[in-house]
Amino acid sequence: MFNKKFMEELFKPQELYSKKALRTVYDRLAHASIMRLNQASMDKLYDLMTMAFKYQVLLCPRPKDILLVTFNHLDAIKDFIRDSPNILNQVDETFRQLIDMYSCLSAGEFQLIRQTLLIFFQDMHIRVSIFLKDKVQNSNGRFVLPLSGPVPWGTEVPGLIRMFNCNGDEVKRAEFTNGGNYISPQREGSFDLYGDRKLHIKFSIKAENAAPNPLAKEELNFLARLMGGLEIKKPNGSEPGFRLNLFTTDEDEEYAALTRPEELSYKVINIQATQDQQQNEELARIMGEFEVTDQPRQSTSRGDDLLAMMDEL
Amino acid sequence: MYRKERSVPLKSSSSALYNNLSVLPLRDKQLTYFAAVHGSSVSLASAAPGGLSVSHRQLQAKEGGPAGSASIVTQVGGGPAREPRLPPAARSVFTPQMYESDGSIMVYWHALDLGALLQQKPRQEGTSSGLVLVFDVPSKGTNITLSEVLEEHRDSITDITSEDGAADLVTADDSGALCVWKAKEEFSLLTRISAFGWTCSSVKLWNGVIAAGYGNGQIRLYEATGGALRATVSAHARWIYALDLAPLTGKLLSGAEDSYVQIWKLSRSPDTGDIEIEHCHSECVTDTQLCGARFCDPEGNSFAATGYDLSEIVRYGQV
Repeated sequence: MFNKKFMEELFKPQELYSKKALRTVYDRLAHASIMRLNQASMDKLYDLMTMAFKYQVLLCPRPKDILLVTFNHLDAIKDFIRDSPNILNQVDETFRQLIDMYSCLSAGEFQLIRQTLLIFFQDMHIRVSIFLKDKVQNSNGRFVLPLSGPVPWGTEVPGLIRMFNCNGDEVKRAEFTNGGNYISPQREGSFDLYGDRKLHIKFSIKAENAAPNPLAKEELNFLARLMGGLEIKKPNGSEPGFRLNLFTTDEDEEYAALTRPEELSYKVINIQATQDQQQNEELARIMGEFEVTDQPRQSTSRGDDLLAMMDEL
Repeated sequence: MYRKERSVPLKSSSSALYNNLSVLPLRDKQLTYFAAVHGSSVSLASAAPGGLSVSHRQLQAKEGGPAGSASIVTQVGGGPAREPRLPPAARSVFTPQMYESDGSIMVYWHALDLGALLQQKPRQEGTSSGLVLVFDVPSKGTNITLSEVLEEHRDSITDITSEDGAADLVTADDSGALCVWKAKEEFSLLTRISAFGWTCSSVKLWNGVIAAGYGNGQIRLYEATGGALRATVSAHARWIYALDLAPLTGKLLSGAEDSYVQIWKLSRSPDTGDIEIEHCHSECVTDTQLCGARFCDPEGNSFAATGYDLSEIVRYGQV
């Protein structure tokens, strides 16, 4: 995904993706791995991702913080792949490109970017169980906006009025209560390649759940061995892999697919032949970005654990 | 001081854009028009007093630019002359469009520069290149012509205000710079107020006092003649999106992403001539990042607000 060519395409100035286009890109990204999801689980995963991202964009204290959010994500990715110097380089390169392109934008320009992103997320109110549980989302699907905490870097805590005479001397001061309960910010987050981002929007659903589980790696290894020994049914000639079901049982998954409200269906287009390409230029261009020709595949011998397989994606 | 009144529902939710609410009270018709932008369309609602019997309309920005370019309406404004009309200004397509009050007739479409025009007096609208286009609108007919181009701002215009009856005009831009103009046969620049690092998203003019709202949550008051800074108010904890003034009383209203509408009172000391501002009232619209707020009458006895993703206009009236 951090392939140089793909990143070059992403960094070109372009319009906001349509909802259809983004969903298609997402499908392709997810299926570029060994993961297989059917429609219902894919829908659920996509819902989760969009609502989590909407939450982050909406709650950024100041517009430039959307860059910090991006850096947070990249920091987390670097942590996953720290043993793979190849990919680490690519991610660092992406980091540098982000810094080059976005560091010198003004607050107003960042706000315009944020407003444009918010247009994409407008009217999405899908309820996410973990957000509901943590009370960051209401039962009507809207996010809870805090009225307390540190003000963004560059903003003063509300409450002070200063009045000046025509010479510029301060002649009067007054205070008022604004209604919230705000405090000063501590320090600005770092926009460098490495640094403390100082941004505490809950961004990782996985991380906040539990302390790292030392058994996780063993469990995955065990799963890999089990899978290696199992006969994997190959439905209709698709490649072998494993199928991810985000629901409790297969029946739940089928039921969810049948009962999904019409307005939430994503109407994913499956692009197949060249005639589709001509019909929809935008999607064809995005598809083209996935042509990775210069990525050497590391050979994996049977019995390599699942983590290593995921690393090379 | 103010209590919440019945909300006016909208057919679509409001987008996160500066000054995203226009209110037009028509006293003789006992109706109030509300308009808010949603993407490339404008949601119009007209309500009788008390918020009962609401009727809706949706105006779609027409595509006029290069094929495939999507237009996003950036601001909608209403004015009293002729019949009230609400012209949206499309930022990327650069097409001004104007409608009569019932939304039915498109009066003017000029596929060249961005601009929009209201009213009998020549009026002006900003462009994303920092140019301010002045058009002449006749009291009858559709012969609207470009009369002047004001080139002072280097960044995109965020708001424009003028005082009724006064000859002054103030324009604000994305960098936070303000320009004050005098209007006679032509417009001439009176003063330039420098930016201090934050976008000025909203600006209002009252009795020679400029009130400006900024991205760092601050409201600043300036003298219109000369541009001297007269007051700073740490008003909000987040980006201010809207300001409005009630001309008969000098009440000022500010709405921001921190969910609050704050009501202030401007005055000028008769002895010293110093400008004063005091805080009157706070109102919190729970879990909403406000993007538009306006007084609904010239005394400031009632006001309305809307927010990002909100499909209604919340209203408050003085008790």
